[in-house]
Amino acid sequence: MIYFLADTWHLMLRHLRATIRLPIWIAMALIQPVIWLTLFGQLFRRVVDLPGFETGSYIEFLAPGVLIMTAMFGGAWSGMGLIDDLHHNVVDRMLATPVHRAAVIAARVLHASITVIVQSIIVLLLALALGAGWPSVAGTIGVLLAAALVTAGFAAMSTGIALLTRREETMIAVVNFFGLPLAFLSATFMSAQLMPEWMQTASKFNPVNWAVSAARHAVLGTDESAVWINSGLLLIFTVVMVMFATMACRVYRRSA
Amino acid sequence: MSDAILVENLTKTYKGGVKALQGVSFRVEQGEIFGLLGPNGAGKSTTVRILSTLTRADGGRAEIAGHDVMRDPAAVRRAIGYVAQSTGVDRWATGRENLTLQAQMLRVSSHILRDRVAEMLAWVDLNEAADKLVNTYSGGMKRRLEIAMGLVNEPKVLFLDEPTTGLDPETRRALWLDLKRLRTERNVTVLLTTHYLEEADTLCDRLSIVDHGRVVVEGTPDSLKADIAGDTITVDVGEAAAKACEILTPVDGVNEAIPDGALVTVRVRDGATAVPVVAAALSQAGISAHTMTVGRASLDDVYLKHTGHHYDAGNASAAGGKP
Repeated sequence: MIYFLADTWHLMLRHLRATIRLPIWIAMALIQPVIWLTLFGQLFRRVVDLPGFETGSYIEFLAPGVLIMTAMFGGAWSGMGLIDDLHHNVVDRMLATPVHRAAVIAARVLHASITVIVQSIIVLLLALALGAGWPSVAGTIGVLLAAALVTAGFAAMSTGIALLTRREETMIAVVNFFGLPLAFLSATFMSAQLMPEWMQTASKFNPVNWAVSAARHAVLGTDESAVWINSGLLLIFTVVMVMFATMACRVYRRSA
Repeated sequence: MSDAILVENLTKTYKGGVKALQGVSFRVEQGEIFGLLGPNGAGKSTTVRILSTLTRADGGRAEIAGHDVMRDPAAVRRAIGYVAQSTGVDRWATGRENLTLQAQMLRVSSHILRDRVAEMLAWVDLNEAADKLVNTYSGGMKRRLEIAMGLVNEPKVLFLDEPTTGLDPETRRALWLDLKRLRTERNVTVLLTTHYLEEADTLCDRLSIVDHGRVVVEGTPDSLKADIAGDTITVDVGEAAAKACEILTPVDGVNEAIPDGALVTVRVRDGATAVPVVAAALSQAGISAHTMTVGRASLDDVYLKHTGHHYDAGNASAAGGKP
């Protein structure tokens, strides 16, 4: 266990160092939320005049949604780094050492979550600049927790896909194919009550929607129990995805 | 038991039916530099991957420093250093960071870690570049860093999987000097794979030639060459290789004549006296020799004798074995 923690920490530092040295990566990851927030924020400004929104400011409504969408993509793309490592024999070199196997996955998941927490704070600041309020302390913790959990789940899934497919092209196809539909099948841009019924039903099984609900209720301070329930669902999602990644790791080791 | 590496009858078939290993056996003593020589696809890398616990054999047995690779992979991983084919270093970290992380994963205890990393950087002469990103390193520097990473836990056994593939000839020779220091300055057993004949000849105490997943022949480079004592005359006879062999085999002083395309390799007791005799025998039979070269027996000839074809490693310079 002590080795697991030490290895996870050391490997996580390696990933974090690489991220800090390529700040363009964070910049790229921020451009998307800026575009969503400003364009969608302007375009649908009047949509909150309809009944069913938890707040009268669309930016305030949209910010947690965009934050979670950013988090989801941040996690979903994290497998790309692993594919790069696989192609450069970095993974094999690690697996020939006594390094704790689970730490190799855990370090990537942890790194993705930490990066997303930094991004989330920037998105919140951006929303503040665009006229949304700043959430309470508990609300801030809640929204960052939801973001970290949804990132961890998608990062583990991405890690698993990377280990199974080992191809950038497949990863790009999967993330592009599922990413936006998952965001649109949730209350990211639109109040759940205004969605068609089939979408409402589908969104109940969508981890992105769980995260958006938890984040929005945390930010707006509207429904504390919804924050807890959705965070619990996200935790289950993350655990299942970590199990999937562990299984993928075993498949990779057997086929190597 | 003084065997650092013990390999018995390893077999491995990949998905899709490719038989990578069909019963490979060899032993390496503590402190030896042992080579696996063969063309791409001969099974060298598969052998190293099995021995370094990265993949499992279908059959057979292997022990590293007394630990069974299948039953106790964790103990094997603590006892080995592994330098993979092609890089394996983190390009977005510095040399020192790469070495430090590798030492941490290899369980080098934290109070000696910093000194050990510094010592290894000095040993491979990377002190000046230690805090630069590996992305800025030359190919030779990357390889030296990798070797340092393979040695940072002072392993009993070091695996070098094609350590000089992809390097230019000058850098390759420079790296050989570094690898020779493994023998003189470090008490480490080395298993080296290569498809360069000259490399195996220069670096290895003993070697096995592998071909199609089997060990073809094993011995010291000198004994293998002595096996085919004498000199080699290579004659380019165009279309008439088979006929030339027929004519040359009974000639006095000729031990063997082997056709290989348009070339005939003639193994003789003494090159200088045999050349006129061979030339005369050929012209008498009406075969014109386009070129005729005399050389000392090389590992290439060993390879030819035991596999029946000339050494051809694809991108490797097949002439590497000629002095």
